[in-house]
Amino acid sequence: MTLINRRKFLHYGACGAGLVGLAGAMPAWARGVHGGTLARKGSDILSGEHLTMTVGDALFATGSRRGTAVTVNGTLPGPLLRLKQGQDLTVDLVNNASEGTSIHWHGMLVPFLMDGVPGITMAAVEPGETFRYRFPIRQAGTYWWHAHTLQEPMGHYGPIVIDPIEPDPFEYEREYVLMLTDWSPMNPHEIIRKLKVGEGYFNYQQTSWTDDYPLTSEQRRMWARMRMMPTDISDVTGSTYTFLVNGHGPEDGLELAYNPGERIRLRIINGSAMTFFNVRIPGLPMTVVAADGQNIRPVETDEFQMGNAETYDVIVEPKGAGAFAFVAEAMDRSGLGLATLTSRPDASAAVPALRKPPVLTMADMGMSAGDHGAGGMNGMSGMAEKSGDMAGMDMSGGMNMRDTSRLPDNVKVGPGLDMVAMNPVDRMGDPGIGLDDVGHRVLDYKQLVAAKPNPDDRRSARMKEIHLTGSMERYMWSFDGKKFSAVTDDPIRFAYNERVRVKLVNDTMMAHPIHLHGHFFELVNGAPPGHQPMKHTIVVQPGGSAQFDLTANEPGDWAFHCHLIYHMHTGMFQVVTVRPLDGGDK
Amino acid sequence: MRRKIFLLPLLAMATPVFAQEHAGHDMGEQPQTSTPDAPDSGTMDPGMMNRNQPDHSHVDHSHMDHARMEQDSMASGTAADDPIPQGAPPPAAFEGPAFAADAVVGADRMAASRGQVVKQVSGEMPVYWFQAERAEYRARAGKDGYLWDVQGYHGGDYDKLWLKSEGEGRFGEKPESAEVQALWSHAIGPWWDLQTGIRQDLTGPTRTHAVVGVQGLVPYEFEVDAAAFLSDNGDLTGRIEAEIDQRITQRLILQPRAEVNLSAHDIPELGIGAGLDTAELGVRLRYEFAREFAPYIGIEQEWKVGDSADYARAAGEDPSVTNYVVGVRFWF
Repeated sequence: MTLINRRKFLHYGACGAGLVGLAGAMPAWARGVHGGTLARKGSDILSGEHLTMTVGDALFATGSRRGTAVTVNGTLPGPLLRLKQGQDLTVDLVNNASEGTSIHWHGMLVPFLMDGVPGITMAAVEPGETFRYRFPIRQAGTYWWHAHTLQEPMGHYGPIVIDPIEPDPFEYEREYVLMLTDWSPMNPHEIIRKLKVGEGYFNYQQTSWTDDYPLTSEQRRMWARMRMMPTDISDVTGSTYTFLVNGHGPEDGLELAYNPGERIRLRIINGSAMTFFNVRIPGLPMTVVAADGQNIRPVETDEFQMGNAETYDVIVEPKGAGAFAFVAEAMDRSGLGLATLTSRPDASAAVPALRKPPVLTMADMGMSAGDHGAGGMNGMSGMAEKSGDMAGMDMSGGMNMRDTSRLPDNVKVGPGLDMVAMNPVDRMGDPGIGLDDVGHRVLDYKQLVAAKPNPDDRRSARMKEIHLTGSMERYMWSFDGKKFSAVTDDPIRFAYNERVRVKLVNDTMMAHPIHLHGHFFELVNGAPPGHQPMKHTIVVQPGGSAQFDLTANEPGDWAFHCHLIYHMHTGMFQVVTVRPLDGGDK
Repeated sequence: MRRKIFLLPLLAMATPVFAQEHAGHDMGEQPQTSTPDAPDSGTMDPGMMNRNQPDHSHVDHSHMDHARMEQDSMASGTAADDPIPQGAPPPAAFEGPAFAADAVVGADRMAASRGQVVKQVSGEMPVYWFQAERAEYRARAGKDGYLWDVQGYHGGDYDKLWLKSEGEGRFGEKPESAEVQALWSHAIGPWWDLQTGIRQDLTGPTRTHAVVGVQGLVPYEFEVDAAAFLSDNGDLTGRIEAEIDQRITQRLILQPRAEVNLSAHDIPELGIGAGLDTAELGVRLRYEFAREFAPYIGIEQEWKVGDSADYARAAGEDPSVTNYVVGVRFWF
């Protein structure tokens, strides 16, 4: 074991400590209003077999923004659970907040009744109530927990680190958990309303007469003809979000100490509501050793994009004294989260400027022309030429952006479906929007290979195809065109222990991080036999497709949804059932 | 089966062909069958095939790629390339209760909880919106005037109660025109609502109209509102409005706008002639201090056309009026 510094681990809340002291001197808005107190920044650590987690209304302030928040045990993020593989865990969830709550253990293999999803596995824990979770810890790695309600984007989340029984196959001297989130002073319900009534409400990087996007006037006309925005990268942006690292905004100066020559394990969790992050540490290569809590064959990279709810563990090794900026840049480049890795308290690292916002490509429109990897819109002018009527009122030929005849019969066509990907190629090798051409190495799913052979080497017996559908203008999102009310009686059904391949086809121009509760699935990414990487969340790139193999060996009802929370909350949400409930005992 | 095995060595070369043939023979109406390495054969534009292996020249070609290449060459002679058929779940998947948590949590409790979630995530949560698209002062020949053009709705994704009101006049006089509409608005496509309801005129001879219209977004991002009105006097009129936002910067927005009013009949008491009644062409330049609050300046030209122009001249009015406008566009 090389966890020499486990006790030193997490100076985590240290930077928030100053603010704790200040809390008593805060003005009235920071105390008492709505019954909330000011949230402390950074998690406390909880360990042991019996924990108490208390949800409360709170206030939060960072930079020039202040507003309401939800905390667990008084901090934002809530407590870091430091557990041991093989232990039993009991958690008493106490709701002192004003709304119903729950905790979902993201990526954890738990009995479905412990999964924490109101409406599917439990009823919401109402104010004043307590709920007892109890389950064995069957796995190791980096995970997280969060409310499965609209309290989540307000701060109801925290990290989980589970130490393995068998040592990890890599060494390090120090570790930090970095939880990346996005916080807005705007209430989640109001954000949803703004998304529905005001197209592009949060986007201040739209095309204009004076922008310098690399788009020809022909391309601009084509986008207008489609009634789509090439700049529609993120629905909610830095115009309302402050991007947090362990609850610290860029101005809060989060510092992570190291001694030169140490190998540092960073457990990075994207716990944000609506933000994909581009993670990099300029000047410091990262060796990725785990994805979604599962060890992979180490792969060195300079940057990677994280969809919501994904986790990556990386090891960095700063050779000398100095300081490095840990940068979590929002995918749309509207802001960044920041922490400083430093060998001296006074050292500061140069923070890279935000890069130019990306624009969507042909591949993102579902029209892969083969060379999207080369960076862009190369194929577009040619396409626009030969598609005079494209997406027009009288659409002709192969350029119909909403050719519903391409959809399987079970996909419902209606106002909630504004696009059908014409050529939804497998985009597993895509580095993510805007990272095609950044001049250094970028991780993609094809580089992930499971460290150990997977337990189930059966070939999938059947294919289940699921379409990700939506209407940007109406802000409606769905699977197979059906909203949640239409699917509660018609879930995605798997038989216990069934081996099935799921193909996700993205008929939208947004990347969707799709999460299946209670299971790991294997990305079908061309990895060597038996070594497909195990994940709980998979990003399906715009206009593309992605596949995973699933062994449905956790009986029960499980949520299956897009982890962009406002996509989930406007309908991209389904139920997966695994039957019979007695599984293998039958 | 024997035939498949015989074909296996050829699969590496012939996968798309095989997939098509296989789908045709065995899968019946399941054209979406595919393999990880072959494009969906059933529905694909042939010109788009063979492009599912994007060229990622930016990717670091580490040792991983070599490992994968070895694997690929190993796998190509095995059943791994065989398409995985789509199909119904096995019978076991349908066993047991519809809702697994009911037995422990209680069916009533879970039903109520499920109902709450369904309400929240199904677009049934009503949303409200009110917008003053134009609320402006109009400087023009003679007495200056004013105009309002507001709308709002309340409802879910598919069905909304949609209210509209427009009116204008000159200061110190009775309003020239004023109306309110109450419409049921139903989503009929990703960009279009069908709107039906009633319109009440508040000036002149009191009229009530039945309304049928569409409102939405046409290609090139023009917002269009087109409606036909049938009055309780049997007069059939129509109105088409279109506008488009042209962003000069992220906050400075130029909005050209056009409106035509049409009539199927002469309506002398309203000064309306059959055919094209009036046309308006304007442009407004607004600055969005916030998305919700944008003062603007603009110019708008109104023409009364044909018989309507004659009615106007007979009443001593100029059938062509230029308005210099200043106003505020706001919504909440």
